[in-house]
Formats: sequence, structure tokens, C-alpha cells
Amino acid sequence: MSYSIKQAVKQFFRNGAMSTASVFSISAILLILGFFFLLVVNVTNIAESVKKDFDTIQIYLLDSTEYALSDSMMKKLNLMPEVLDVNYLTKEQAMEDFKKLFGDKAYLLEMRQENPLPNSIVVRVTNIEGVDAVVARARSFDGVEGIKYYKEAVNRLIRFTNFIQVGALALILFLVVISVVVVSNTIKLTVVARDREIGIMKYIGATNWFIRGPFLVEGILIGLVSAVVSAFVVGFVYAKIIELFGTDLIVMLSTGFVPLRFMVGNLAVIFTALGVSIGACGSIISMRRFLDT
Amino acid sequence: MIEYKNVTKTYGSNIGLDDVSVSIDKGDFVFLVGPSGAGKSTFIKLLLKEIKPDSGSITFNGLDITKMSNRSVPKLRRSIGIVFQDFRLLPKKTVYENVAFAMEIIHMGPRVIRRQTPQALSLVGISSEAAKYPDELSAGEQQRVAIARAIVNNPTILIADEPTGNLDPDTAWEIMHLLEQINMRGTTIVMVTHAKDIVNKMNRRVISIKSGRITRDEKRGGYGETEDDFGRSELLLRGGPFSL
Repeated sequence: MSYSIKQAVKQFFRNGAMSTASVFSISAILLILGFFFLLVVNVTNIAESVKKDFDTIQIYLLDSTEYALSDSMMKKLNLMPEVLDVNYLTKEQAMEDFKKLFGDKAYLLEMRQENPLPNSIVVRVTNIEGVDAVVARARSFDGVEGIKYYKEAVNRLIRFTNFIQVGALALILFLVVISVVVVSNTIKLTVVARDREIGIMKYIGATNWFIRGPFLVEGILIGLVSAVVSAFVVGFVYAKIIELFGTDLIVMLSTGFVPLRFMVGNLAVIFTALGVSIGACGSIISMRRFLDT
Repeated sequence: MIEYKNVTKTYGSNIGLDDVSVSIDKGDFVFLVGPSGAGKSTFIKLLLKEIKPDSGSITFNGLDITKMSNRSVPKLRRSIGIVFQDFRLLPKKTVYENVAFAMEIIHMGPRVIRRQTPQALSLVGISSEAAKYPDELSAGEQQRVAIARAIVNNPTILIADEPTGNLDPDTAWEIMHLLEQINMRGTTIVMVTHAKDIVNKMNRRVISIKSGRITRDEKRGGYGETEDDFGRSELLLRGGPFSL
């Protein structure tokens, strides 16, 4: 074991140019991967928060509906497990809200004699998937004029985030395969350079794993160095992005970026795991041809 | 200790060995002679399990190595010391490291390595060059290092594939005396050679191979004078300093 590590470190520095080249190519791949990771996590995060804005169902009541009836509706809805809370919105209150939306043009609404807005019940669901059940229930009530909810918009949002997630995963897999090829080619060069040495080692009775050991550790070392490099770069860039656009995002979407510390911590783990396995796979693949007896 | 029984090995339509049966006892010193392409290399490669025979069995230390799994090949090779014509030392390691490496490979402890490596180096008379790199040594010295590496793990058999092929006559004899010494310690030696002069003077067992068959096996033989043992063209091409 100590032999493998000593040899690998020696090889790593002896093949300085090649090692640097591999570290660069793997880092580049890990970087692309890292930025996709940032994208996916943030899109998911934003989508989650946007979903929350769409988790309300508004049940418009006929003007003829008595308050006692609507009160019993609210009690029934409140008993449903999907429901977070239920509120009654009077037509007067609705008009007030509507006016606020118009701001300084609110005087236009004053011209109407009669308030056209209905009384309504506002239901918030605990989970967006619960919307269907609540809507079905509300339909069964008498005295309901209509129901407004954002099922379609939410579905579209979910489809969009799913697409981003699947797309990013496919791209990540593709990049991982590429990086394995890159490492295996780099190590193959060092293996070819040491072909004779490997032959001698086999003649004097070295096991395949003994021969493979240093190359394996070399690959892992390349992967580790790349992981550290890319974690630093991604962390730095992400910190800059947050610095530049963080407040804008909060204003626009009422949610910020996923915190830097959380992201970099997770990315470091992912990069290390990926870097090490890319390096290890690469070196084992590159050795295959030279070790079959 | 080594027994070939009806061993045949062909490469396509070329014959490597053709129904060869021979046995070599412990402590033997055997010369393997014959023209290039006669089957000497095949003979050695089969023993190292670099290649597999088409038929027949090869027993080494009581084990049928033709039935041995590939995983056990390193173990087999550890009990066989090998010396090549071109030395095959690791160029980036010192003399000491080259010899110590053979022990590192079989996971010997550092204390054993520190004890046995100098012993092997002094046995081949190269202790003073321990810190040098192979390319700083003469051919004869390099071959001594290779022999030290081959015997440091106390193999039961030492295979020498034309060990004097790259050496001048005086140096060649020094190497032969060294091999004789090692043989006297009880190590079996199988030496492939074209050096007629050496074979004749050593007066040891000679196995002569031609076209994949053993044509002669003498307890105390010479190289053989006839064309049958050694083609003319072969003499001119490969004979080196010992051919006539």
C-alpha cells in the first residue's frame, strides 16, 4: 500500500505535464457539471417556492348563498387532510385588494355602482398534489359559482423542472463517461512509457494488483486534485453570482439562492466521489490491455 | 522437479514444441541449445506459463502448471528466478532498489529486505555499486545485478536466457562461474545459450532442441558439431564471440 502511494506520487510529479493536462480536463468537466448542479438545485428551489404561491384555491360563492351555508362548507373543507387553512373573503375585502392592485388608477373602479366581485372561500393546501381532491369536494357543494386554481400553471412548472433535472442528469452522465476516457488515455500514456517495466515486474512475479496499485493511486490522485480545484472555482464563481444577483432574485421571486456554504459543501463531496471514481475507473481501463496474461 | 510429458505447442502452422518429454532434477545444471526458432523459447515460456501447451503436462515442484489458474502465475514465477540476455533492470531504480524490488513485490518486510539485499549483492560481487543506476554499470555488472535480483528470493530454479549473449568472453566466463556457484548452493539452473565454447568447457548436461523436438540429451555433453545441432547461417548470425 505504502509502495503504491509512494510510486503514484512520484509518477504524478514526474509526468508533470500529463498530470496537469488530466487535472485540467477533469476539472473542466467537473466545473460544467458543478454549474449544472447549481442550476438544478436553484431551479428546484425556486420552483418549490413558486409552487407555494400557487397552492391556493379560490371558491367563488353565489350572491344568494347564505353565510351559514358557506360556514358549513368551510368546516367541511377544514376537515380534509389536504387542507392547510380556510378563510372567508368578503366581496368588500376582495374589492379592497383589487383596488390595491390598481394603485393610483383605483378611481376607475369607483365608477362602478355595484361591486361585481363575489364572496369567496380561500383554501390553502398543504401540498400542491392535494389540489384535485379539494376542488372535487368544492364542486359537490351547492351555492358555488366557480372555482379558480392554478393546476395547469403548476403542472407546467413541474414539467419544466423535471425536464431540467433529467436533462442535467443525462449531461452529467455523458460528461462522466468522457472524463473516464480522458483519464484512461492519460494513464495509458504513462503505462505505455512503462510497458517494459511492467513486463519485468510480471516476470519476477508481481501480481496484477501490485502492478496496478501505483497507477490506480495515480488516477485517484489526479481525480482528487481536480475535485479540489473545481470545488474552489465553482465556490468562487457562485459567491460572485450571489453577490451580484442575490438581492434581485429575492425581489423577483421572493426566494434567494441556495446558500453558498450548503452548495460548496455538497459539491465538494460530489466532486471528490466523482473525481476519485473517474480516476480509478480510468486507470483500471487503461491497464486492461497490459495485464491480461 | 521439472517434468515435461508429451508437450506439444503449435503457433498456427508453426511448430513450437512437438511431443517433448524431458525431466530435470533438483540441482541440475542444464544447457538448452539449438538454432533460433527451434523451440527453446517455447520451452521456457511454457515453464513460466506465459503460454499454454496444446497438449501434454508440465509438472513443476509436484504441481501441474498447465492446470494452474492465471491467478497463481505470479506465485509460480516467484519460485523461478529469471535472467535475460538484455538484463531487464529497471532503469529508474538503483542497483540496490532493483534487487530489493524483487522482495517488495512478494511483500517481504523491510527488515528482511535490508538483510537479504546486501547478501545477494555481495554474492554476485557487486556490493560496491549498490547506489549506482543500471546505465552507469558495464554490461557484465548489469548482468550480475540481474542475477542478484533473480536469486534474492531463493528460487528453486534459475532460468538464464542467453545470459552471456551481450557480454565479451572474459565477462561471460565470470558470469558462468557465478552461475556455477549458485548451482552449487543447490539451485537448479536451466541456461539457454548459443555459446558453444562455454557449453563445451562446462561439461554439463546438454539438451538440444531442433524443430520442436529434443534431438540430443547428454549427461555431460558438448555443444555438438554437426549442422544438425546448429545451422551454418545461425552460426554467422547469432554466434557472437563464441562461435567459430
